[in-house]
Amino acid sequence: MAEVLVLVDHVDGTVRKTTAELLTAAARLGEPSAVFVGTGFETAKDALAQYGAAKVYRVEDPAVTDHLVAPTAEVLAQLVGQASPAAVLLPSSAEGKEIAARLAIKTESGLVTDATDVQPGEGGGVKTVQSVFAGSYTVTTSVTKGSPIVTVKPNSIPVQEAAGAAADESVTVALSDLATAAKIVDRKEKAASGRPQLTEAAIVVSGGRGTGGDFGPVEQFADSLGAAVGASRAAVDAGWYPHSSQVGQTGVQVSPQLYVAAGISGAIQHRAGMQTSKTIVAVNKDPEAPIFELVDYGIVGDLFTVLPQATEAVNQRKG
Amino acid sequence: MNIVVCVKYVPDAQSDRSFKADNTTDREAVDGLLSELDEYAVEAALALNEAGDGGEVTVLTMGPEDAADAIKKGLQMGADKGVHVLDDAIAGSDAVASSLVLAEAIKKLGEIDLVITGLASTDAAMSVVPAMLAERLGLPQVTFASELTVEGGTARIRRDGDTASETIEASLPAVVSVTDQINEPRYPSFKGIMAAKKKPVETWGLGDLGVDASQVGLDAAWTKVESVEQRPPRSKGEVVTDEGEGGKALAEFLASRKFV
Repeated sequence: MAEVLVLVDHVDGTVRKTTAELLTAAARLGEPSAVFVGTGFETAKDALAQYGAAKVYRVEDPAVTDHLVAPTAEVLAQLVGQASPAAVLLPSSAEGKEIAARLAIKTESGLVTDATDVQPGEGGGVKTVQSVFAGSYTVTTSVTKGSPIVTVKPNSIPVQEAAGAAADESVTVALSDLATAAKIVDRKEKAASGRPQLTEAAIVVSGGRGTGGDFGPVEQFADSLGAAVGASRAAVDAGWYPHSSQVGQTGVQVSPQLYVAAGISGAIQHRAGMQTSKTIVAVNKDPEAPIFELVDYGIVGDLFTVLPQATEAVNQRKG
Repeated sequence: MNIVVCVKYVPDAQSDRSFKADNTTDREAVDGLLSELDEYAVEAALALNEAGDGGEVTVLTMGPEDAADAIKKGLQMGADKGVHVLDDAIAGSDAVASSLVLAEAIKKLGEIDLVITGLASTDAAMSVVPAMLAERLGLPQVTFASELTVEGGTARIRRDGDTASETIEASLPAVVSVTDQINEPRYPSFKGIMAAKKKPVETWGLGDLGVDASQVGLDAAWTKVESVEQRPPRSKGEVVTDEGEGGKALAEFLASRKFV
């Protein structure tokens, strides 16, 4: 059976949920081979086995992680050359897409980004699904050229456990000068918020202009649900919440089970970031706010009264 | 510095965008404009030369005739000249072919210090062309910059990811992409709008770039769109007005959907 390469998304060996999703998708297309770049393999090994990695290519040369995107693309190209995989799957992060981009040119393979589904193509290659134009269209694409490369959106593929051998082999890399041209000279890890990561969370509660800068009610409601906290572009531009929490066209795109928009009018810029959420709820003072066109349930009211009351009711139910 | 800013003319994201019968983006059905994210790239180029030793900013685009409007906006903001790659054969090109055309146009522009782009187009929204340009041009890639400085021949950026913020450096010439956090794009002044009318814009075809028609266009694409389906608009659910019990009603709704 042909291999499917999966680029592991991890922080010092702690494997992120996207990797489990990619390994699940990979199993549909061939035999999953994880590609682990960086330090912390001993921490990652069990998780990779748990989600079905038959093999793990280990790339430990610090030159790869010390330079932006280009070296990882070269390593993957080397592996594509040697394994001729049925496909290469990467996370749909900025880094994942840029690695995929360079890999497509290096290996002359077709590339699809932000796929919400990946299946084997009839007669070979892969078939992907994407949600485009702020979620207004669903696009199906087939990729047969080279070793099809697909970046997959988080929270799209239902994860399946499958015992894999995770047999590891070390990869020696020979990097070009170009690969080491952009050096990462400093890295500041983001402080853990104690809340789930925005792109991976099952529930997201976002605040917008209507919060007036006070995200207290939004955060407390989020905590009652175990949710991640997001922010509209207006809230981020006003300096009330960091850009890493921005949900929208120029921020993060999320597709959680539940999305709650508080004090957010629902302009296209924001909708592009959350329109495919399974259940959408909104609280807004303005009955004409466009967000109400999208909701499964909406409350016209003041978030400063509605959210605290909802938080208390939720906490009471939890007992 | 000699800076090339790659810009794209896109269907207005505020309008109802759609596809043609051949499954390519319909670029005629709605009004087009300079992709919003590209404004930050033009501004970054202008600011660098204003703060430094001057130089030239060229706005480069590939697209149908109307794409000239994207160049015009860049010139009105203050860019010095424009280049429009216009050729019927290009229609339907994927990112791989687009990067080929842009890369050849950049090479034809001679010695440049920086290529600057936005973080993604607002139509395809792939974020892949800047990395592809770096690959094709053999230049360092310094992308997704929320901060950018150039000093002593080195470009230095801050790149914010979801788990960490990185500082990245590379020697010029380099390919840089910028996010919407990097600056506030200027509005063209009246003077700028008038001055733009006199600025030179060259139009190039594939032949001028040494690119063969067989390398671009819909048939040359490395992927095939099989179908596009308009999603039915979400049917509007229940909207109630808070009269003192709104929060409780919300909690009840969530419980009914098993979120609590």
